[in-house]
Amino acid sequence: MEISTQIGILLNSSVLSIQLFFLTLLFSLPLGLVIAIGRMSKYKIISIPVKIYQVIMRGTPLLLQLIFVYYIMNSILKDYGIIIQRFPAAVIAFVLNYAAYFSEIYRGGIESMPQGQYEAAKTLGYTRSQTFVRIIFPQVIKRILPPMCNEFMTLVKDTSLAQVIAVSEIFYNANSIASTTYTFTPIFIAGVIYLLMNFIVQRCFDFAEKKLNYYR
Amino acid sequence: MSILDVKNIKKSFDQLAVLKDISFSVNEGEVVAIIGPSGSGKSTLLRCITQLERADEGEITLCGLEMCKSVNSKSVYSSHEVLHKIQLSCGLVFQNFHLFPHYSVLKNVMDAQIHVLKQSKPKAKQIALDFLDKMGLSDKADAYPCQLSGGQQQRVSIARALALNPKILFFDEPTSALDPELTGEILKVIKELAKENMTMVIVTHEMSFARDVADKVIFMDDGYIVEEGDPREVINNPKSERTKQFLKRFSGEE
Ligand SMILES: Nc1ncnc2c1ncn2[C@@H]1O[C@H](COP(=O)(O)OP(=O)(O)OP(=O)(O)O)[C@@H](O)[C@H]1O
Ligand SMILES: [Mg+2]
Repeated sequence: MEISTQIGILLNSSVLSIQLFFLTLLFSLPLGLVIAIGRMSKYKIISIPVKIYQVIMRGTPLLLQLIFVYYIMNSILKDYGIIIQRFPAAVIAFVLNYAAYFSEIYRGGIESMPQGQYEAAKTLGYTRSQTFVRIIFPQVIKRILPPMCNEFMTLVKDTSLAQVIAVSEIFYNANSIASTTYTFTPIFIAGVIYLLMNFIVQRCFDFAEKKLNYYR
Repeated sequence: MSILDVKNIKKSFDQLAVLKDISFSVNEGEVVAIIGPSGSGKSTLLRCITQLERADEGEITLCGLEMCKSVNSKSVYSSHEVLHKIQLSCGLVFQNFHLFPHYSVLKNVMDAQIHVLKQSKPKAKQIALDFLDKMGLSDKADAYPCQLSGGQQQRVSIARALALNPKILFFDEPTSALDPELTGEILKVIKELAKENMTMVIVTHEMSFARDVADKVIFMDDGYIVEEGDPREVINNPKSERTKQFLKRFSGEE
């Protein structure tokens, strides 16, 4: 098989990887914030289940979670006539997993905010939700950019795990070409594509950090 | 007419009794200085009055609105709406400014007007610029807090509090985080406000300032008000032994 053909196939399949990447972020970033707030709740009935959720999601392999959502959930839901397709199953597993990681990053950021910001906002008459939205959260974003960048880059690479439930992403195709052509070239090409994607991620974060550098 | 009435306030943190029985009142237009040794409960008292802490016992009335009253020797607080209304009638200036670092100076002074008082944007901007001008900071409107000196930051925080048109303004050691040469500019601003009959309660370690500006001085020690009265009387001729001891430490400074 021509190398250019291989590159073409892999670039085509990278669309699916990129979709998985963005869909995961779209849902897990807000969900992570909700989980972080639940985790910080003073009501144990909320904070303890959330903690258990985090332990399970962060304590078991994403690979296993993918298999769980696709095979086990499907075998359970089959009786109700519900079938989760491969790609949505991957998105669900990624969202649940990454939301757990993001939630801890948010929590770290929120808890690092000085008490004085809350107190100043309170004495100025801001409500609790205004204080969070207008004063606290914008500053949290700046603080969590470095760990978030890490997490985003890991996510780019983790999309390759979706091959375990036969989602036709980059690595799934690289593997199948490699096994039919008996060469490693597709694996290298896949590596270059991941590297390229992460280069873009890194640049975006550099840009965001620079943008928020106007205050300390 | 009294604008703030504090009656028999008590406040403990766990086992530690910090405010043991505090009563005083502040009249409209009056400037009250609170002095006393470290740990005597001055900040805690201001924080109770400005709702950053809740008193365990006692009554607080601000601008005719009842914040809390004593029922069976326990403070019972008013409804959320009343508390919010009281919150808006008082401002607090912190020792460490606590400006919002992600907002420009102008936005620091405008934002609460718009989102808390629901003031229109042009009006809020006008008011903010007027107060910044008054604080001598017109040229810093577009700067960010991190670009300002401590004294400038503190003046912004005073402008931020004033922009909400409070009936009474509290200061908790407004100059303690500042270099001596910057202290003067803040004291000058407070003196100006006093001339305009702004009602103020100021916790301070600046004795000569307290004597010059305050209409009344309160000396606190160990959770009690030990002495209160005319500043020249309290500072120059203290009656209690504790006050004398405390003031002796400052006498060398003048
Ligand atoms: N949130 C808190 N939890 C526990 N103890 C506290 C808390 N806030 C204050 N205290 C204690 O209450 C006492 C009085 O503190 P406070 O800050 O009111 O004193 P202060 O008169 O303002 O002192 P300073 O002049 O040093 O500012 C201190 O012993 C302090 O350790
Ligand atoms: Mg204090």
